[in-house]
Amino acid sequence: MTEGVAPIQLRTSPHIRQAVTTDVIMLNVVYALLPVVAFAVFAFGISALALVLVATASAVLTEHLVQKLAGKKTTINDYSAVITGILLALTLPPGFPLWMAAVGGIVSIALGKALFGGLGFNVFNPALVARAFLQAAFPVAITTWSPAFITTRFTQFIPSSLAWPFLSADADAFAAYVKNAAIDGWTGATPLSRMKFEGQFEPVASLFSGTVAGSAGETAAWLILLCGVYLAVRKMLDWRIPVGMLGSVVVFSLVFYLLDGTKYPNPFFMLFSGGLMLGAVFMATDMVTCPTTPLGVWIYALLLGFLTVLIRLKGGLPEGVMYAILLGNAVTPLINMYTQPRIYGAKKVTAPS
Amino acid sequence: MDSAAKDGSKKQMASSQAIASRSFQHGIHPPEGKEVTQEKTIQRLPFPPEVVIPLAQHIGALAKAIVEKKQEIVRGEAIADPGGFVSVAMHAPLSGTVTKIDVAMVVSGVMTPAVFIKGGETPEEDVCHGAPVDVDAFSPREIVAAVQSAGLVGLGGAAFPTHVKLTVPEGKSIDTVIVNGCECEPCLTTDHRVMLEQMDDLLAGIRLALRATGAPRALIGIETNKPDAIAALREAIPEHDPISVAPVRTKYPQGAERMLIRALLNREVPSGGLPSDVSAAVFNVATLAQMGALLPKGQGLIERVVTVTGGGVERPGNYVIPMGTSLRFVLDYLGFKGSARQVILGGPMMGPAAPSLDIPVTKGVSGILVLTEDELAALPKKVFPCIRCGKCVQVCPMFLNPSRMGLLARNGQYELMEQAFHLNDCFECGCCAYTCPSNIPLVQYFRMAKTANRKRKAKK
Repeated sequence: MTEGVAPIQLRTSPHIRQAVTTDVIMLNVVYALLPVVAFAVFAFGISALALVLVATASAVLTEHLVQKLAGKKTTINDYSAVITGILLALTLPPGFPLWMAAVGGIVSIALGKALFGGLGFNVFNPALVARAFLQAAFPVAITTWSPAFITTRFTQFIPSSLAWPFLSADADAFAAYVKNAAIDGWTGATPLSRMKFEGQFEPVASLFSGTVAGSAGETAAWLILLCGVYLAVRKMLDWRIPVGMLGSVVVFSLVFYLLDGTKYPNPFFMLFSGGLMLGAVFMATDMVTCPTTPLGVWIYALLLGFLTVLIRLKGGLPEGVMYAILLGNAVTPLINMYTQPRIYGAKKVTAPS
Repeated sequence: MDSAAKDGSKKQMASSQAIASRSFQHGIHPPEGKEVTQEKTIQRLPFPPEVVIPLAQHIGALAKAIVEKKQEIVRGEAIADPGGFVSVAMHAPLSGTVTKIDVAMVVSGVMTPAVFIKGGETPEEDVCHGAPVDVDAFSPREIVAAVQSAGLVGLGGAAFPTHVKLTVPEGKSIDTVIVNGCECEPCLTTDHRVMLEQMDDLLAGIRLALRATGAPRALIGIETNKPDAIAALREAIPEHDPISVAPVRTKYPQGAERMLIRALLNREVPSGGLPSDVSAAVFNVATLAQMGALLPKGQGLIERVVTVTGGGVERPGNYVIPMGTSLRFVLDYLGFKGSARQVILGGPMMGPAAPSLDIPVTKGVSGILVLTEDELAALPKKVFPCIRCGKCVQVCPMFLNPSRMGLLARNGQYELMEQAFHLNDCFECGCCAYTCPSNIPLVQYFRMAKTANRKRKAKK
């Protein structure tokens, strides 16, 4: 009977919703990043683990404090700050001083996100903003690469990790650490810097499997790809961006390779080296900072690939993914503006007869 | 000359492609929820002791009451005349007495003029009023007039007067009558049951519509999730008939007029235009079935099939309900569970929530969906900021940019939404809000913006 029941409620249509909410998407991105983190720890040891923990804690804490300072509810439960922290750590050298990583975490959220108005309003990928900041602030530390798979990596920190704030790392200790690794046949130079400065090309197989030096989380191309596929299958990642970006890297680097195969690496080297995979799968796809229109997404992805190749092969830096994505982020509003789809029933432009 | 020929072949190619795919672009696949009632044959509900007939059950001008207080009336008798061209007549669903002509609340929560009728001692199913006529002898104009005085409106939910759609505007012609049997709204099964159980009436109605519009052919668009209706209608239609069945992909909002025209004819109704601009006229199956049943008998629309469903109803099904019956009467009879919290008139995607149980079933009500506390609790509550994931852009069947418009609406930039982002092309299907992971009430923003814009224009 309708008598005596609680009053009926009013709500506007639609009355059903798709179950996947923003926090669920963000949480799944975190899940997808965990295997990459695990491999980073496997390859670089406790230093990589500490790096991820410090950067993430710093980013989350900053997010919390910024919200509190603004007199708003905390937004750490949307997990976006967690992603930023993890991504930042994965783009840093494994032996990056932890205090600098903490600074990076603060910069990523405060400068990269909160300043623009928080989640959804930032123009640039916060993790990359922080990385660009760190690159400018600590040029030596961010290019000091430590070799992977050092036997003592699970019991011993990479000496530079524990550098005191505002003091440079103990160069002797680091040199000893690297020398120790050299006995095992590992080198600290990244494949891209070896290509750039020594003209040496790492075999593609080791790039793919991740047995090379590099940033903490960028080395295992296969694993990053796999995690990307997981997200794409769950429709939490726009597959067009990594596909477009990687495809465009292959095409443009093929052009260079065909021009001079001794000077320029083959497209597969370009594809699996450096931060390209991590950038294409996890950073270029940052929903907030990439275009929303179907055509715009492809333009953006192709542009990113082109810039990456150009910076790597013609620029002063060995790696170009970070700046390629940041530049892509910068032109995203413009791309969006010029690629709005024709709406249904819009009056067609009649061609002069 | 050359380019014209090229154009023509292009068009032909495009239209054959459309027939192969038979759908529109974008859209969503919400859970269908039709299994509860799709097998249930149409049943008659007992007559309520009283009905309330609002004089505005359709889009257009109010109907004019032609009865007085205390007047005795019989079931089927006209109680209101059309109040203009875009308006229709009303008929008494019960034999009894007019108790008053007053205002009553309708689903929008607005009080509108209505005729209150108290039923007699023994309500009868038979309609005594109206005399059979030979519709075969009707001219197109006479069909249109008969449809208006039968009080027919779009029964799919829009409640737009049917005779207006049957009237071909001067200088235009209709080449295809599209019969809308998509029923893309989740949970609703009235059109499905009507197609199965009132097939002869439906076919008669389609033939009347063909004659009224002068169209040479009719296509019945049915979503592929109703294979029994597709098969039964194909069986019932003779060979070389102007009427044919056109299965369309099961996808929301396939049943929206513009989407169905795109799917079946590969034409786009121009922005701000009407289907007749692309030589099409679209009618819901229930509307045409009523037309085919009522016109030959000279009767008016007094009842309709309604799907009553949802977790809050004990005996869900498809019921014939007299117009003006209160939701309370329907739900009392079919069992209103204590956990029921929300009553929606229509489907879950576009149906408005009823502000009270004391509002009448009107011509545009195709479903009564009762949601329970648990069903409502399962909905996301928290609204996150827009993360520009673009999912709304990927589903909008009109190719609008809901994400951008949502951000503009938050800033109150309603004029810009209309001028630069085609706000008025949004027909509030709800795909964007359904798919939004941040749970942003986009459709509500757009309604607010449209209302604000209308008010501002009215002031000028």
